[in-house]
Amino acid sequence: MDLVSAQVPAGFPETHPNELTEEFYLNMGPQHPATHGVLRLVVKLDGETVKGVVPHLGYIHRSIEKMAESETYVQNIHLTDRLDYLSCHMNNLCLCMAVEKGANIGVPERGEYIRIMICELQRLQSHLLWWATFGMDLGALTAFLYGFDQREQITDIFEDVCGARLTMNYFRPGGSYCDVPDTFIPRVKAVLEGMEKSLDEYADLVGGNMIIQERCQGIGVLTKEKAISYGCSGPVARAAGVDYDVRRDDPYGIYDRFDFDVPLGKNGDCYDRYTVRIEEMRQSMRILEQCIKEMPSEGPYRSKIKTVIKIPEGHSYANVETARGLFGTYIVSDNKPKPYRLKYRSPNFSNVNIIDEVAKGFKVADLVTVLATLDPVIPDIDR
Amino acid sequence: MTEVDKHGSRPQNLGAFEREPEKQDEEKPKQGMIARYCSLIFGGTKSLLTGMKVTIFTFLNPKSTVTQQYPENKDTLEMKERFRGQVIMPHNEDGEHNCTACTLCEKACPNGSINVLPTKNIAGKKILGKYIYRLDTCTICALCVEACPFDAIRMGQDFELATLNKDSLELVLNKKEGRWKS
Repeated sequence: MDLVSAQVPAGFPETHPNELTEEFYLNMGPQHPATHGVLRLVVKLDGETVKGVVPHLGYIHRSIEKMAESETYVQNIHLTDRLDYLSCHMNNLCLCMAVEKGANIGVPERGEYIRIMICELQRLQSHLLWWATFGMDLGALTAFLYGFDQREQITDIFEDVCGARLTMNYFRPGGSYCDVPDTFIPRVKAVLEGMEKSLDEYADLVGGNMIIQERCQGIGVLTKEKAISYGCSGPVARAAGVDYDVRRDDPYGIYDRFDFDVPLGKNGDCYDRYTVRIEEMRQSMRILEQCIKEMPSEGPYRSKIKTVIKIPEGHSYANVETARGLFGTYIVSDNKPKPYRLKYRSPNFSNVNIIDEVAKGFKVADLVTVLATLDPVIPDIDR
Repeated sequence: MTEVDKHGSRPQNLGAFEREPEKQDEEKPKQGMIARYCSLIFGGTKSLLTGMKVTIFTFLNPKSTVTQQYPENKDTLEMKERFRGQVIMPHNEDGEHNCTACTLCEKACPNGSINVLPTKNIAGKKILGKYIYRLDTCTICALCVEACPFDAIRMGQDFELATLNKDSLELVLNKKEGRWKS
């Protein structure tokens, strides 16, 4: 009774729940377009009210961690592309950094700058795709086309640099496998100019739209305590007020040289998650601008290493901030070219599991909004 | 107590347009409702028109669109220089290639897509017999090209690799039993 009456917005007369309604269960997915992949949600409903959500995982499990044990470290890099395919450069980087830590491999100055720039471009690209699909999930197909327009330019840069558009396989222990072409810096500059304009457009199209605001503000509230206790990270946790960014608090690479802010939300609702991601795009652009100024124009892009990389007996861990949160790689090695055990800590697994806490008490349509703003990438959950 | 617990399972405030104190609503419920109704209609229309401004601009300026008419522009389509398609083995005019059957690519391949079958020529020297490449298991990671010290294989520019017959995905890359180009 209280639950239902609390949902009447202020200003409208109260309605009483029908005593004859019965709770029922509904499958959302695995083929539902709003779940962005093969995620199956079992939803407990009372009428249109969500009483509980249980995510069922495992539909795209490929046992990548077990496969890793039979492949060398360099061969493993192309498997990390297939975890979170929207931040595959960051996943590549995380495995490479863990190998570098274990095997004591350094990275030259230019190689570090290439890595940071590519990663920030990837973050922009991933958030653009999120913005596009966010609009589409809420019924605004125009946003989808505009988001992909900008994203295409960044994907073109990746195609220029490493020859692939989705599964990059670009970074290697000690740097990257080829140098960036001469056209790289001018093209990044062009993208940044275009992004300034389009971010204003995006505010007109989606962010400032009152229908979108009404559907997002106060919906899917995640509290700071819940975010910490469920292990959330990335924009989802930052929108709930958790002031943690791996790039700032545990800087890897050369992130400590750059000046950028970590945007935080106040309410932890869907609209905060939207604004935090938009603001993160602006911060990524700030980092890219600083990179363009400071990047050395000449020098080696990769340090010379042995063709067969062996990590001495022991373990090494590295973590990066992907577009969705904290991604960690833990390697246990027994002084052989292949890892004894390789464990990935993926951000999406934790971020998806809060969906029960977040969506409970809202309508089914709000569940789609919550899923769109949590922005899960399903292959990263199962691995 | 968390914010959610205080107000039941859902917070009372529902956004910028409803963040007025609750007392006002209790005093004049009907007027508050009508005012909110009107503000929602006018505000919604205004923000819709703001969004329409962006789309109408694109509609009136066809040059700002970036769509490529793909199947029609096949002839003028330019691929990127580093584009990674399937693995190919370039041959020169005499039908010779650079492969020495050293099997470094076979060892570098993460999923066993490459089989190098060496043979011997009349002089007893090891030469390439068959270079078997399976496109169906290939993940196009380009580790084989990276490993090749003789520049014998490259990543091709083809991207329309779909086929109806699975057998046609097992390719032999060398045209004839090869010898190393001297």
